[in-house]
Amino acid sequence: MFKLVKKILPEPFEAKTAFSKTMDEMASADENVIYLDCDLMASIDMTEFAKKFPTRAINCGIQEANMIGVACGASLIGLKPFTHTFGPFATRRVIDQIYISGAYGKTNIKMIGSDAGVTAMYNGGTHMPVEDMGLLRTIPDVTLLEPTDSVMMCDLLRQIKDLDGVYYMRVTRKVTDQIFEEGSTFEIGKALTLKEGSDITIITSGCCTSDVLHAHEELATQGINAEVINIFTWKPIDAEAIINSAKKTNAVLIVENHNIINGLGSAVCEILSENIPVISKRLGVPDRFGEVGSMEYLKETFGMSIADIVTAAKELINKK
Amino acid sequence: MDNLNVFSADIRKHTLRALLAFGGGHVGGCMSMTEVLAVLYGEVMKIDPTNPSWEDRDMLVVSKGHCGPAVYATLALKGYFPVETLDTLNKEGTILPSHCDKNLTPGIDMTTGSLGQGISCAVGLALGLSIKNKDNYVYCILGDGECDEGQVWEAALFASTKKLSNLIVFVDWNKKQLDGFTSDICDLGDVEKKFEDFGFFAQTVDGHNVTEIISAIDKAKNTTDKPSLIVLDTVKGKDCTFANIPQNHLIRFGTAEYDDAIAFLDDKISKLESEL
Ligand SMILES: Cc1ncc(C[n+]2csc(CCOP(=O)(O)OP(=O)(O)O)c2C)c(N)n1
Ligand SMILES: [Mg+2]
Repeated sequence: MFKLVKKILPEPFEAKTAFSKTMDEMASADENVIYLDCDLMASIDMTEFAKKFPTRAINCGIQEANMIGVACGASLIGLKPFTHTFGPFATRRVIDQIYISGAYGKTNIKMIGSDAGVTAMYNGGTHMPVEDMGLLRTIPDVTLLEPTDSVMMCDLLRQIKDLDGVYYMRVTRKVTDQIFEEGSTFEIGKALTLKEGSDITIITSGCCTSDVLHAHEELATQGINAEVINIFTWKPIDAEAIINSAKKTNAVLIVENHNIINGLGSAVCEILSENIPVISKRLGVPDRFGEVGSMEYLKETFGMSIADIVTAAKELINKK
Repeated sequence: MDNLNVFSADIRKHTLRALLAFGGGHVGGCMSMTEVLAVLYGEVMKIDPTNPSWEDRDMLVVSKGHCGPAVYATLALKGYFPVETLDTLNKEGTILPSHCDKNLTPGIDMTTGSLGQGISCAVGLALGLSIKNKDNYVYCILGDGECDEGQVWEAALFASTKKLSNLIVFVDWNKKQLDGFTSDICDLGDVEKKFEDFGFFAQTVDGHNVTEIISAIDKAKNTTDKPSLIVLDTVKGKDCTFANIPQNHLIRFGTAEYDDAIAFLDDKISKLESEL
């Protein structure tokens, strides 16, 4: 059960702090939890954790492919490995290890990729994953999660700890807007209807959720009643929620912090075209590389700002 | 050689200038590699700053691409672009992003930033030159933490099997990576010996001693049947007054720290110049 915050405000801490706190809680309660990192522990606030759990916090050094293999192996001994590195290195660089040692071999790993899309900001193109979910989406049995805020991230971390299989969670390390009240819980695989509406469906995820909620307000002032759906499980995707909402609104806009090719928009459009082919549009990174810049700059450059969302929604409604 | 020491100190100053404009960055790894940059761009490499894509140039792949700012400072001082451009580091639309990008910055020969990949590209450049019977050299700078990547060792085996003697690789052996000491995180052991075992002509020099670096490069060039590896024994954060701290991989700093560091480097430069 979730509850939306009354007013959207930035969380009073960085997401990495919430991450390390939850990892600490889990490792304290469950001695099978291990954490592997590739020389980016300090970057995600896990230095204290490493001191507290010296045998279960494993710094592999800068060797992502090896880390995934080691984690897969350790899971066969009954351990519950969480791995972390930046999103591009967590996915692109280790895709065959995830595919073979992870999914195909049916081992259990929980992979965290940080700095989702534009949240990589000044680390620039080499470090800005806008394809991570797309790459992993084509591997069977991989569950793909993008938490909306830290409340959700921590809840999902606690849940996946005890689940078998290969999980990838793309996160931000920075301050993010709080969307859900503390204590909210979430069901993996189930979409969340954040706002009910009848004129258009806007489906979104991650850091775009806050933008979409702001766009929803702006649209409301213009007499447009948008339904807002948050899909945090990109795979397996909640087809029923998509179809039911599309039936009601007949227009679907998807807003994502990812390449629009093979991202959330693609996944949604696959469901729509096979079930209820309504008009749709994908807003996100328009098949281009990342670059250095602030989050605002990047969103504007990629055409996924609040203003872009409002414009796209209105255009879509006019095309109905 | 003193003028190369001045050049090196100047590279440190201008690196800090670029980083200050952004409020900080990879200070540690930039500061440890300025002597080798001074030697390469000030003496050894065949280059033409007015024609960065000159076909007959020697090439450098900075495999530890997060140290782009030190390379940008070097290129600016050599006249590849105005030094004022350094103040645009990481600004929106800049030609100087945090990691080396050959498509944005004049003088950058290869795009890097994902550690471990640059050396393979350097090997490819060397292979290409040898197929085309060209006598240019390819230089490559690796981080010591970067050597954790298996790809580094794949490239090393390949380069020695193909006898790429036109390849000279440096390891900036500053003993630290992001989270701490290399020996604690992923122990490389004897780097020189390892590369020797992988078929390289390997040497170790004081990475802050330009004379030693030059003579090692000379010896490398006299080796005809093997790629070369030069371990640069360095100090992470070298000669940067505020970088003498345990966690000096990524440092945020402001004008106070900057002024202090520049005063120290200016002092160093005037001493060196009085000896010239
Ligand atoms: C494949 C990959 N993994 C992780 C990183 C993040 N990262 C950037 S610098 C760095 C540490 C590098 O250490 P080292 O190679 O020793 O460089 P130096 O000490 O010279 O700065 C890490 C882990 C990266 N850029 N690429
Ligand atoms: Mg190092």
